[in-house]
Amino acid sequence: MSMLEISGLQASYGPSQALFGVDLSIGEGQVLALMGRNGMGKTTTIKAICGMVVPSKGSLSFAGEDLRRLKSHQIARLGIGLVPEGRRCFAPLTVEENLTAAARPGDWDFARVGQLFPRLAERRDQLASSLSGGEQQMLAIGRALMTNPRLLILDEATEGLAPVVRQEIWAAISRLKAETGMAILVVDKTLSELRQVADAAVILNKGENAWSGSMADLTPELTDRFLGV
Amino acid sequence: MTRERLINAALLASLLGVPLLAWQMDEPFVITLATKVAILALAGVGLNIALGLGGLVSLGHAAFFGIGGYAMGILAAHAQNYEPLFTWPFLFEGSNQMPLIWLVAVVASALAALVIGALSLRTSGVYFIMITLAFGQMLYYFAISWSAYGGEDGLSIWVRNEMPGLNTLDPIQFFAIAFAVLAMALWFSARLARSPFGLALSASRQTAERVETVGLTPFKLRLVAFVISGAITGLAGALFADLNRFVSPTMLSWHTSGEIMIFVILGGVGRLYAPLLGAAVYILLEHLLGGISEYWQIFLGLLLLIMVLFAKGGLIGLIAGREVAHD
Repeated sequence: MSMLEISGLQASYGPSQALFGVDLSIGEGQVLALMGRNGMGKTTTIKAICGMVVPSKGSLSFAGEDLRRLKSHQIARLGIGLVPEGRRCFAPLTVEENLTAAARPGDWDFARVGQLFPRLAERRDQLASSLSGGEQQMLAIGRALMTNPRLLILDEATEGLAPVVRQEIWAAISRLKAETGMAILVVDKTLSELRQVADAAVILNKGENAWSGSMADLTPELTDRFLGV
Repeated sequence: MTRERLINAALLASLLGVPLLAWQMDEPFVITLATKVAILALAGVGLNIALGLGGLVSLGHAAFFGIGGYAMGILAAHAQNYEPLFTWPFLFEGSNQMPLIWLVAVVASALAALVIGALSLRTSGVYFIMITLAFGQMLYYFAISWSAYGGEDGLSIWVRNEMPGLNTLDPIQFFAIAFAVLAMALWFSARLARSPFGLALSASRQTAERVETVGLTPFKLRLVAFVISGAITGLAGALFADLNRFVSPTMLSWHTSGEIMIFVILGGVGRLYAPLLGAAVYILLEHLLGGISEYWQIFLGLLLLIMVLFAKGGLIGLIAGREVAHD
């Protein structure tokens, strides 16, 4: 059953239109990769889902609720957890405080996040601003999990990280998929890792769907055409 | 124990120790000065919740300080004159009992903060500062024209209000009341800063968008903080009016808002004990330099300038270094 359903989504930043018609759907427990070159509308699509950009046309629903009329905090409370591009942790707070500030009732607590990312448990009392980039990314994911989401959105979660840290992040995403049954929408550029985790993919080109289908059907021709530099 | 905690403990011990020593040496004036420090620090603790935790630069906190003061003045004036405050729907003759006066002061200032906050928090930055200032000045001019309660001349209370089991006319006992209230407010403020609410408020100070994506509403967080902040400052106002046995529109003026802000900035915005150190330094400067020159505030201005330019963590930050603001 489809959890997030987007159809014909259009959105603009003032006079500049960024999305011209995006369609995608994610079912429960499914991992969907949203791909495309820079500036093709991936982050704008995520912002529209999370209520940070108001769509001009199209439909956008989550678990039967129309998201277009809702504000960011209402959308988050419906069960959409966002790991934003650039981490954006709460810098003046410690690791534990970052997680506590975001906590909502549910299965996720500090101990469980600590099991997923042992490094966070070790740095429990450290300020977020003093963490490495990888640790901040783990904290951003942990913070989103503390909201007990049904859909987790990861926007460029491994960008700019060392290979070993990226592996840790991908391992955590795989674990989330296997153990929680949470739906995950992931935006990333590392195709090899996405192939291992994602069930399906949507490729955006110039603000609209260029291709969508099963990850297994994503051919080298398609990736060269829409994702190659 | 971190260095900041040691400083906090030393500050609290000094505030308790100095008046006790003065009591032994029969120096009631020093006890009164310490009481003034405790009460003004309490007002600062209130502002620090809005300013330090929530990043809300309010230049209208004198409104809550004054409302607390007038709550005390009006209730006590009616009690001492045996004139009922109102007769419908029931007879209420005023009161000279501190717990009841405090309750009225806290509720009245919290309600005022709710109304002022609900309107002001729709703006931010310089507009927020100006709106809070405007509300404060509105109440100031209202108090000036409120002839029933003294107008511009203010309202005197001949006998200090009562606290069950204590002699409030004894300076050391009145100090004990002020100290106990301040200690409770500091404890509450520390708990609040570490609570999920306080942490979320701290986070929302940075950016509203970020906290919204985790399901929090910055407006509600800030409004609740503003109301709590106003209520604590209102309680300080009731105690301050009781200390002086006098309330006047001056308590509502923007100068008073500025003074409360100076306590917090001098001590270090966001530092739990900043208002205590700030108020102590302010009162000491006023007392020591005030005898030398009536323009003593020039020196205060200079000190403030130095603090803002070279010690953004305030005096506590200067001594304790850069630690977690709510540590």
